[in-house]
Amino acid sequence: MAEKVSSSSKAVFALAGVLFLAASGAILGWFRQPRELRLDPPLSANLDRIKLMPNGISGSPPESYFAIGKPYESDAWNLSQGKRLYAWFGCGSCHGDGRGGVGPSFLDGWWLYGPEMVSIVASIRDGRPHGMPAFRDRMTSEQIWQLAGYVQTIGSYKPKVAAPSRNDDRQTRPAENRGPAKILFDEGPAGVHPDQGPTP
Amino acid sequence: MTQDGDGLRDSSMEGSELHRRLTAIWSTPSGLWGALSTVDHKIIGRRYVTTAFVFLALGGVLSLLIRLQLAQPEARFIGPDRYNQIFTMHGTNMMFLFAVPVMQAMAIYLVPLMVGTRNIAFPRLNAFSYWVYLAGGLLLWIAFAVDTGPDVGWFAYVPLAGPEYGAGKRADIWAQMITFTEVSALAVAVEIVVTVFKQRAPGMSLDRIPLFVWSMLVTSFLVIMAMPAIMVASSSLILDRLVGTHFFNPAEGGDVLLWQHLFWFFGHPEVYIIFLPAVGMVSTIVATFTRRPVFGYLGMVMALIATGVLAFGLWVHHMFVAGLPRLGESFFTASSMAIAVPAGLQIFCWLATMWAGRPVFKTPFLFVIGFMVIFVIGGLTGVMVASVPFDTQVHDTYFVVAHFHYVLVGGAVFPLLGAVYYWFPKFTGRMMSETLGRWIFGLIFTGFNLTFFPMHILGLQGMPRRIYTYQPEMPWSGLNLFISLSAVILALGFLLFFVDAIRSARSGSLAPANPWGARTLEWATSSPPPPYNFARLPVVDRLDPLSDDIEAVPVASGLRVDRRELLTSSVVHASPEAREASPGDSIWPLWAALASTLMLIWSIFSPWAVVWGSIPLAITLIGWFWPKGVPEDEA
Amino acid sequence: MKTHRALPLSVLVLASGCGGYQSALGAKGAPAIHVEHLIVGIVAVCTVIWILVMMMLVLALVRARRSVASQATGSEKPLTVAVSAAIAATVVIIAGMTIASFYTTRNIGLPDSTALTITVRGQQWWWQVFYADSPAGPGFQTANEIHIPVGRDVRLRLESPDVIHSFWVPSLAGKQDLVPGRTNSLLLRAEKPGVYRGQCAEFCGLQHSHMAILVIAETQAAFEGWAATQRLDAAGSADPDIAAGQASFMAKPCAACHTVRGTPAGGTTGPDLTHVGGRRTIAAGLLETTRGSLAAWIADPQTLKPGNNMPMVPLTSIELRNISAYMESLK
Repeated sequence: MAEKVSSSSKAVFALAGVLFLAASGAILGWFRQPRELRLDPPLSANLDRIKLMPNGISGSPPESYFAIGKPYESDAWNLSQGKRLYAWFGCGSCHGDGRGGVGPSFLDGWWLYGPEMVSIVASIRDGRPHGMPAFRDRMTSEQIWQLAGYVQTIGSYKPKVAAPSRNDDRQTRPAENRGPAKILFDEGPAGVHPDQGPTP
Repeated sequence: MTQDGDGLRDSSMEGSELHRRLTAIWSTPSGLWGALSTVDHKIIGRRYVTTAFVFLALGGVLSLLIRLQLAQPEARFIGPDRYNQIFTMHGTNMMFLFAVPVMQAMAIYLVPLMVGTRNIAFPRLNAFSYWVYLAGGLLLWIAFAVDTGPDVGWFAYVPLAGPEYGAGKRADIWAQMITFTEVSALAVAVEIVVTVFKQRAPGMSLDRIPLFVWSMLVTSFLVIMAMPAIMVASSSLILDRLVGTHFFNPAEGGDVLLWQHLFWFFGHPEVYIIFLPAVGMVSTIVATFTRRPVFGYLGMVMALIATGVLAFGLWVHHMFVAGLPRLGESFFTASSMAIAVPAGLQIFCWLATMWAGRPVFKTPFLFVIGFMVIFVIGGLTGVMVASVPFDTQVHDTYFVVAHFHYVLVGGAVFPLLGAVYYWFPKFTGRMMSETLGRWIFGLIFTGFNLTFFPMHILGLQGMPRRIYTYQPEMPWSGLNLFISLSAVILALGFLLFFVDAIRSARSGSLAPANPWGARTLEWATSSPPPPYNFARLPVVDRLDPLSDDIEAVPVASGLRVDRRELLTSSVVHASPEAREASPGDSIWPLWAALASTLMLIWSIFSPWAVVWGSIPLAITLIGWFWPKGVPEDEA
Repeated sequence: MKTHRALPLSVLVLASGCGGYQSALGAKGAPAIHVEHLIVGIVAVCTVIWILVMMMLVLALVRARRSVASQATGSEKPLTVAVSAAIAATVVIIAGMTIASFYTTRNIGLPDSTALTITVRGQQWWWQVFYADSPAGPGFQTANEIHIPVGRDVRLRLESPDVIHSFWVPSLAGKQDLVPGRTNSLLLRAEKPGVYRGQCAEFCGLQHSHMAILVIAETQAAFEGWAATQRLDAAGSADPDIAAGQASFMAKPCAACHTVRGTPAGGTTGPDLTHVGGRRTIAAGLLETTRGSLAAWIADPQTLKPGNNMPMVPLTSIELRNISAYMESLK
């Protein structure tokens, strides 16, 4: 009697365990965050080869970017690194907490050069007219991609699952994982700062 | 109180007829459905123990990976990211998925038998607690398998585990796994308290309760008082990370040290939650194998209670280097030192018992001797780290790693292994191998000491904890290699133990009802016990109710045999108070556990999960409590 | 790679005495010496206790084996007396150790005034060190290396801008955490000149293992000479390689994170490199400072210290050589 129960309960374990494993593995695999601490130098160099439309808006990233699974947009580790770079490289001095200042806002739903990663990468790397400096010589291309992914995340209307949370600082706006662009949308487009000059 | 005359009573029934009727009413149906819906404390307890030992084996594999990486300086077997996950998993797994659950699991199986009742109190809650525990364990291990395992240490200090530095969902997985295991631990604690207080056999007054049951009672109170602190802490952590609250953010008026206070207010009693059940096991084994009752029963009980009370006054000794006021630290030095007194009392009482008794050197007793040798070292190093100046040099070094392995492995795992050898015949009806048992004890004892003793020296030589590697110019590589090699001996011992357990469960020699000549009630029934535990509930008239003839135990009668029924008794004197129905099998605890799992995992990703996830949970709870029109529903 | 840096540093180890230069035993500073006395005392007492308990255990087991018949009807009175005596002894010993501990605590506390105050900020995964303005000159910043005058009380102000770290140089003093949002203090005092190593003792993330710090205790004169050097801006060099290295350093991402005083490089994310060539180690104690190790570090920091915050900057071999030469020249 006891033998019977224990053997059948073993079968239940096996079954429930396998099912649970498979289901949870699939769900979690979706959100998994492999951490690439050292991008291979050739891959990193290749990330530089973005193709831009002649007007500098939109274009296509290199094939290798898709091959590695677009990590800079969806991977928590890279996004959080991007957030640190945002602070370290003084982005806030012009763009504030993302709501703009001397530079444009990322939260008002208006992307001067479109919301594609390549446009943002190009803006950071090569600079843009009316005051955006080029960071080509101050950051590595991997860092530029990390930062671009973070900048895109700030302005994302639908908060990304992997978006970073608040910093241990004074809070000025909802953190990225709360979807600040969506929450703050009611304030309306901030428009272009007077110093910014005409839109391109 | 129920009136006389309702239902069919056991008073007028003879042995075989009684057996037939009780089996029909208490047994778990075979097959998948039966296994999923059972509320038999013995089946659930066995499941719990088995699952906990599976987690022990998994955690052991992790520790071998750690030793592989540390065997030589600047080794590159495992990178820092994976290593941090591994040591976090090792600690979390051993504390939350092995040590606490396995002790409670032993109690789930043994306490109802030892107090002479037919099932644990709240048996459906018991089933629920197992499923929640299993889900929490799977959550942690699956997350680890897909590289989302927590990497912030088993203590998850903020800000490292906080929103800014703990990228991704890794720390959330840790925090939510805590919720799973704490829910299950709290459920079991409540069941045990009620079982011990209200379901003791007639006549088992407070001074006749077996020491193991006393230790589980104190442990359960510790669980009830300590676990809420960690649940508050882990929930605050998830809120900080997900919603953006500021519990631990100094810039917004939060405090980083708040986490440490909350964590260690749980974390220190946690040690005693693991250790006190082991004390009970040791007392039981010592009494049986010295052929006499434990010396100083009253003193032992008082020591258990004193330890339980003092356990809540020690937590700051984990924070001696965090920069707290010196005066406060002095208080915690004194209280940490003071807990050595009840611990010492217990050691001396066991020694006195051995002195006055006639020891029989069977495997369970060997493990108890091993426990004495190792735990005394662990206790003494505990006195050392209780001193603030001493601790400033050894805190967070391998000295502390050595200390708590001496306490937890020596103080809890050794008695546990002894307990497995001791109660295995009761669990399975078969004996474990005595020959292999001696080998296993030898290997584990030798391997353990060779592995962990040198860590004291490494710590004093300046080797910090939680480092994934060390530089070749540091004078640590020789000892580390030695430790890694010794770990192989230890692992071999455990491997043999698992082999012996599996082999014995299949084909060990059949066990009689009371193979060791023990004196506690679980041996008054067959091995393994029938689904109803006791054909007639035993009546207790002294501390060791069993004599050599188990048939001679006086029994009570008058219980109904047409529904699951047991006897409730008064708290102090255990005089019978009422016949109480015990709930039948139900699948709803499983559904409720699945609904909780859904809600808890979902809430890692969205705070709204708490709102929407509570709907399926409410439905399952309604199903759980809805009257089914069975005889158990009366009264 | 392992051997080339193990060799010079092991010489360093030998030179600094037999206790090891990162060990709680063989203390060389007053606070650590007090604690070492306490450690030795308590360990000795505990060892004796353990031996006594084990003797009792063996006696109990052996005695019981030898004479089975005699104990069937023994009175428990002698046992009660023995156990009570043992518990009383435990209480007395515990009280003694507690008092010894309190006494030591008093001895290692910070005095009201100290000769020097140094601010140490633990960062992921290096130590930023600030020397305040003094009558001798303005304050300055360095990294992963603290110089102190021997035989003087030094107060460390411990702060952390990111996660919790723990400052621990076992030969000189016990550890003290660096907690965000708080400032802790620690007394440091070296009785003998020497190089004392320490490392972060609170788990702080990926490179917790490689977060070492050196405390260099030297005579007052040597200390003042060192401080005077540190106050100077980085000197230029006529050497064409070094000049080219400086130009590359300024043109590349390096300057965005590192400060070299006296040049346009003013980044504050990474360690101040104004006198990096004069420090004994780089990358928080990871490598001995040589031109070769500087080059190895700059070429591939993520292999040597995976996950640290210094990116792998693509450089040509000539740029790499020149930048390493420039770094080495910053004495």
